[in-house]
Amino acid sequence: MFVRMRGGPQLGRGLLQTAVGIAYLIIFAPVLMIVLTSFFSQEIISFPPPALTWHWYANAWDKPEFLRGFFTSIQVALLVASIGVPIGTLAALAIVRGEFWGRQAISTLLLAPLAVPGVVAGSGLYMFYVMAENALDRDIKATTEGLVAAHILLAIPWTVRLVVASLQGLDRAAEEAAANLGASPLTVFYRITLPMMRPGIVAAAMFSFIQSFENLDLSLLLVGPGRITLPVAMLNYLEFRIDPTLAAVATVQIVIVGVLMVVTDRFVKLSRVV
Amino acid sequence: MANLTIEKLTKRYGSSLAVDGLDLSVREGELVALLGPSGCGKTTTLRMVAGFLPPTSGRVLFDREDVTALPAYKRSTGMVFQSYALFPHMTAAQNVGFGLEMRGLGPAEREKKVEQALKLVRLSHLSARLPRELSGGQQQRVALARALVINPKLFLLDEPLSNLDAKLRSEVRIEIRALQQRLGLTTLLVTHDREEALTMADRLVVMEGGRVRQIGSPKELYDEPQDAFVADFVGRCNILTGRRESPGHFRTEGGLLLAVDTASRESDNATAFALRPERILISPGTSGQTCGSVEAVTYLGAQSEYHVRIGQELFVVVRPTPAASEPLAAVKPQDPVSLAWEPTAPRLVPQTS
Repeated sequence: MFVRMRGGPQLGRGLLQTAVGIAYLIIFAPVLMIVLTSFFSQEIISFPPPALTWHWYANAWDKPEFLRGFFTSIQVALLVASIGVPIGTLAALAIVRGEFWGRQAISTLLLAPLAVPGVVAGSGLYMFYVMAENALDRDIKATTEGLVAAHILLAIPWTVRLVVASLQGLDRAAEEAAANLGASPLTVFYRITLPMMRPGIVAAAMFSFIQSFENLDLSLLLVGPGRITLPVAMLNYLEFRIDPTLAAVATVQIVIVGVLMVVTDRFVKLSRVV
Repeated sequence: MANLTIEKLTKRYGSSLAVDGLDLSVREGELVALLGPSGCGKTTTLRMVAGFLPPTSGRVLFDREDVTALPAYKRSTGMVFQSYALFPHMTAAQNVGFGLEMRGLGPAEREKKVEQALKLVRLSHLSARLPRELSGGQQQRVALARALVINPKLFLLDEPLSNLDAKLRSEVRIEIRALQQRLGLTTLLVTHDREEALTMADRLVVMEGGRVRQIGSPKELYDEPQDAFVADFVGRCNILTGRRESPGHFRTEGGLLLAVDTASRESDNATAFALRPERILISPGTSGQTCGSVEAVTYLGAQSEYHVRIGQELFVVVRPTPAASEPLAAVKPQDPVSLAWEPTAPRLVPQTS
C-alpha cells in the first residue's frame, strides 16, 4: 500500500535497507563484541577501554588446557568428519536411490539428532556408555572414541540432509549416458555420480567439522581428564574467572570457522547446497 | 552399424501397459522416428532398446543377436538425451572421450578420435570448455559427438531438439539428418514434434496408448493416414465425423453432404472425413457447390488461414497468401466463399476409439 504513497518506492527501499542493516547488526554484534573485548586491556570489561592489548591471547597461549583443548577439538572434529560423512553419504544414497520399506522412516530418524537437546542426548549417551562399559569391560565414556562416536551423531543429520539434496538435484540422465557409453555400474558411481555429489559432500564435511569443533552440550559429560575439548575447557575456565582470555580463545575459534567456510566456498558455492 | 529388430515388445506397469506388443524393424542406415503424444510409449520403447528398462516380455535384436538380457553398458548404442546429459565435471573433450576410455583406448588414440568427432560437429575450438560454459546448441553437439565417437551399433535420439529454440532446431535437424545419412547410421528417433519426424525420418511410427497406429514413410502417413488419429497427429487436418451415404457421398453429423471419390480404398467402417487444409481451394462468392461464410482470416506471412463455416461444420483452409490484386485478398469475415477440392483429396477413415 505504501508503494502508492508519494515517494513510495524510495521509502520502501529505505525501509528494506534499514531492516537488512538491523538483521546484520543482530548477527554480527556479538561476534564483533567478542573480538573487540579480546583486545581490551582491563580485566573487568568497561567502555571505553583504557588501552588495547594482545595480552589475553598470550595468556590463553600460556594456559595448557586451552592449547590441549584446541588440539583435542581439532582431532575429534577431523575424525568425526572423516567417519561421519562417509556413513551419512551411504545413508543418503540408500534413502534417495534405494527402494525398500521404511525408507521415509529411516530418513526422518537420521535427522532426529537435530531435534534432541544436546544435554539430553549427552546424558543419555553417558548412561548408555556406562552400561556398555559394564557389559564390554572397557572404557568408553572418557575416551576419544566415545566422544567421536557421540559427535558423529551430529555429523550424520547434516550429511544426510546435504547429500540427499545434492543427489536429488543430480541429473540421472548423466549416469545413464555413462552406462550407455560402456561404463559398468561401479564405474558410473566413481566417475560420474560421486563427482556430481562432490559439492554436497564437501559442504557436509565442513558442517560436520564445525558442529563437532564448537560443540559444548553433548560433550560435557563425555570428555575425560586430559581429553577436554576446547569449548569444555572454556566453560571450565569460566567457572573460576571472567576475563577477556575467553574472548581471545573465542576469537581464534571464530577465525578458524570463518576461514573454513570461506575456503570451502571457493570450492563449492555453499549457497547452492545449503 | 547394425539393424534393429523389435519383437512383441511389452512393458507393463502394474495393470497398465506402457508398450503393448510392439513389432518394428529398422534397417541398416535407416532413420525411424517414433512419434506420438506423451505417454504413448515411445520413450519407454527407446529405453528398452537402450537397455535402461527391462521389458516385461518380447525381444530386442541387434542384427541377429538377442540383446534383451544385456545391460545397457554392454549394448554399444550411442544415445543423445533430451537433457544432453553431459558430465558437468568434464570438459567437452573429456565428455567425448569417456566412451573411448571405457573401451580401453589409450590416451593418444583417444585424443585423435575425440578431435575428429569434435571436428565433425564443428566444435574443435571449444574442446576445453566445461558443459556449463557452452550454449544449448553447443552442448547438444557435444552430446552428438560423444554418442557417435564410439562407433555405436545403433544411434538413439530421445527428443534431441526439444531444448533448442525454434531457429536452432531447424538447423540442427538438418545437421543431424545429414550426418546420419553420410555416416549411414541406423537410428531410432523419439519425438512428439511432427515436423521433426516428417523432415528427418525415412519411416515414421505413429504410436498411441502403447500401440503402433501406423508405420510408413512420412508421405504415406501424411497423405494416406489409416485413421483419424494418425491424420490429425501427422499434420493439421479437417476431421468431420459422420457416415458414408450413397456411393460417392459422406454425410457429416452436422448434416452436410460432401462428395468423395468412391474409388479410394477406404475401409467400410469409415466414420470420419479427413481433409488437409492446404488441399482445399477457396474462392470468394457462392459460385461453387460447397458454400459457406468466412469466420476468420489469419495472416501467417507466406500463407493465410481461413476459417469457413458451412452449416454446423467448420473448415480450416490454408492457402498461399494471395497477391493484393487477387479477389481472395479482399475476403474478410462474414463474406460468402465457396470451397472445392480434388475428389481424391479427402480420406474416409475410421474414428479413433
